[in-house]
Amino acid sequence: MELKDKLISSYVAFENGVNINSDVHEIRSKALQNFEDLGFPTKKLEAWKYTSLNSVLKEDYSIFPKAEKAIELADVKEYFIDDIDTFKIVFIDGKYSSFLSDTTHDNMDVCLLSSALTKPKYKAVIENYFNKIAKQDNLTSLNTAFANEGAYIYIPKNVEVEKPIQIVNFTTGAENATMLQPRNLIVAERNSHVQIIERHQSLTDNAALTNAVTEIFVDTHANVDYYKIQNDNINASLVDNTYVEQQKEGICSVHTFSFGGNITRNNLNFYQKGEYIDSILKGITIIEGKQHVDHHTLVHHIEPNCESHQDYKGIYGDRSTGVFNGKVVVEKEAQKTNAYQQNNNVLISDKATINAKPQLEIFADDVKCSHGCTIGQLDDQALFYMQQRGIPKKEANALLMYAFANTVLESVKIPEVKKRITNIIADKLGVDIGFDL
Amino acid sequence: MSKYTEDDLREELKTKEYEYGFYTDIESEKFPNGVNEDIVRAISKKKNEPEWMTEWRLEAFRVWLKMEEPEWANVHYKKPSFQDISYYSAPKKKPKLNSLDEVDPEMLATFEKLGISLLEQKRLANVAIDIVMDSVSVATTFKETLAEKGIIFMPISEAIQEHPELVKKYIGSVVPTTDNFYAALNSAVFSDGSFCYIPKGVRCPMELSTYFRINESGTGQFERTLVVADKGSYVSYLEGCTAPQRDENQLHAAVVELIALDDAEIKYSTVQNWFPGDAEGKGGVFNFVTKRGICENNAKISWTQVETGSAVTWKYPSCILKGNNSVGEFYSIAVTNNYQQADTGTKMIHLGKNTKSTIISKGISAGKSQNSYRGLVQIGSRAENARNFSQCDSLLMGNECGAHTFPYIETKNKSAQIEHEATTSKIGEDQLFYCNQRGIDTEKAIALIVNGFSKEVLNKLPMEFAVEAQKLLEISLEGSVG
Repeated sequence: MELKDKLISSYVAFENGVNINSDVHEIRSKALQNFEDLGFPTKKLEAWKYTSLNSVLKEDYSIFPKAEKAIELADVKEYFIDDIDTFKIVFIDGKYSSFLSDTTHDNMDVCLLSSALTKPKYKAVIENYFNKIAKQDNLTSLNTAFANEGAYIYIPKNVEVEKPIQIVNFTTGAENATMLQPRNLIVAERNSHVQIIERHQSLTDNAALTNAVTEIFVDTHANVDYYKIQNDNINASLVDNTYVEQQKEGICSVHTFSFGGNITRNNLNFYQKGEYIDSILKGITIIEGKQHVDHHTLVHHIEPNCESHQDYKGIYGDRSTGVFNGKVVVEKEAQKTNAYQQNNNVLISDKATINAKPQLEIFADDVKCSHGCTIGQLDDQALFYMQQRGIPKKEANALLMYAFANTVLESVKIPEVKKRITNIIADKLGVDIGFDL
Repeated sequence: MSKYTEDDLREELKTKEYEYGFYTDIESEKFPNGVNEDIVRAISKKKNEPEWMTEWRLEAFRVWLKMEEPEWANVHYKKPSFQDISYYSAPKKKPKLNSLDEVDPEMLATFEKLGISLLEQKRLANVAIDIVMDSVSVATTFKETLAEKGIIFMPISEAIQEHPELVKKYIGSVVPTTDNFYAALNSAVFSDGSFCYIPKGVRCPMELSTYFRINESGTGQFERTLVVADKGSYVSYLEGCTAPQRDENQLHAAVVELIALDDAEIKYSTVQNWFPGDAEGKGGVFNFVTKRGICENNAKISWTQVETGSAVTWKYPSCILKGNNSVGEFYSIAVTNNYQQADTGTKMIHLGKNTKSTIISKGISAGKSQNSYRGLVQIGSRAENARNFSQCDSLLMGNECGAHTFPYIETKNKSAQIEHEATTSKIGEDQLFYCNQRGIDTEKAIALIVNGFSKEVLNKLPMEFAVEAQKLLEISLEGSVG
């Protein structure tokens, strides 16, 4: 059976496990209908021109993985940022693992979407925010249809969360290929501040497909700092849909580090609904083999006096493929917008491909918008210079690549995350040097 | 007659009508509306075309039937009905006027600003003019100069008769009949166009131009141009006209093919100023053009365009850089005002080694218009050391217009070096203030700034054209600033 039909027919089974007499369920049913009409995206769609999911969709995924398998902390310790104290929300095959998690309900909610969707206490927030900015497109609709579990983070007014929050999704599917559809909802109220680190990790050699949706609401003056670490094993594919709505003077930055996985598609959408907003989208991609990473960003400038900064760096080896499709829309009312977009790529193999489409759509006249896109190589002379001074070629190469990606790393605000990324990069490049020279 | 220089020749040519058999006597005939295989056959027969040409047209027509109109462009318009067009009719006879006094004063005012000579004003406004004295001899000199060098420059319908081997070899080789909806339609029903062949090692001594032919309105609709520059030759080709063309044809679907063989260079310049529709956005020409060139080893193709007219423009002059060390260039100014929509740009396909391309695109939008740049830079896996530089700048005037960029960059080779830059800006108040302070009124100041903005592209136009194009920019944007 095709995956699409399988998903649609399993909806009935899914309904047994949730409250079907709720507003949320109405949203789900509508979304399912939408997915049924649209189906999975194909290369014929402009937004999917460079990324085909066909190879991934062929697998026979189990949609409702069996009950939680025991995982020893020692086995997965390496996937956490464990050198600082953090809150943790951990899911194993889509089910909450209270054993690995560390959550709180004091003066804020760091808990589960499943309870938020059912308990009356959360009703007002869910009504206001759930599925309010997620697009009605194919894969987001699919996620919405099965939306039940994921992280629910609610930061009330004037709260500064004292430690970062980690959201980690493990896939164990030992016997089967597994498909997961986590759904996260993050609301940061006025003047609040929160840092979030997100990671998807497969612990099996079987294929894994994750279709995640995260909605982030950033209220007036609030600040959300979000890090996505994508260093999954080679059989795992990820479609990550993130929607951010910002209100007046809100700041939100999303860093995406793509190093692993089979096919990774990041749909990152920002909607600016107030004045003096700052949106920051940054990413580093270093891939090899037959990996495929696609960054699809949208910044929608709706109100005046806002800024957006995009900076994506990519290094592509072997037969890997990189895609960058960045779109900036500036509405008529959004005068005095400053929108910057930068995309730099290095190809280190003859078989690697990069497809870039930096797009601007501008309807306002008093704006500063620019985009730059380059594709090139490492500087031979710089390499030679370093080799002359006794730095082996491999290390010299690594240093140059690290320097290339550094503009993105610089803006990482959690030192431990920066260190972790640096280590992953060193590991990727096969060198053993500390870059904090 | 005293010594006759090339400049004199060029000057005179501009002020006279072109009359080499461009005109077949077909007045009495007009085909019924619509298109089908019989119509295609009939057009071909009318042109007395050989069997292979008829077949070629029919094949294109069959392909066209299966195709759908492209919808990806960022333009919105009511689609023309292809069965309501007459695909072959005698060139429309415009009413002959007796003197300039009878011409629309608005049109005359525009001529005045462009600095077009009185004689030419008459021609463009279709006022009967006396035959220029030396016309016959001038025409002969012109033809002789080209013939001496072995250059063939004639209507494509004649070329099909006289040089079938050349036409057969090259037509459709760059823009195949199956290329796209409009190209297929054009291939099936094209009425006429130009053919140009520059023999080996010849440098064409003058700017070849369709400038003086364009008044034959009936042929403009589905025009087909084929330019072949043989090894080591050079040609500069001008198309279009700065003067406003009050053309009644709603739909223009032209195809231009350029072939630059080893070491050859083609410079193709276009100025397009067709009727853009009135200030309310009614009427206006739909301009759906397919232009493409292919470069063999060490060859160079350079496209320069100034687009100020047409209600809807859909045009992507492209270069296939097939040969090693070949060079492609694209310089464009697109101005949209009122309700005009332009979706224009280029494709640079790098296939050979050490190929280079440059893209400079300047978009100026005013009024309620939409101006899009859409471009593709593609580096094939064998295109070692390919180099591309792209720059797309947009200038917005007023907050009811839009500027869009859709650049596609696809690279399969690690030695490629690609840079793409785009900026959007408006005319700064400080810039205007600076000019005002120095006694330059706002309208003039804007013209000055727009000219500065477009300079890089204007510089690429042949001299006489550049001057007129500059004035044209001014006129197109007149009254657009509040």
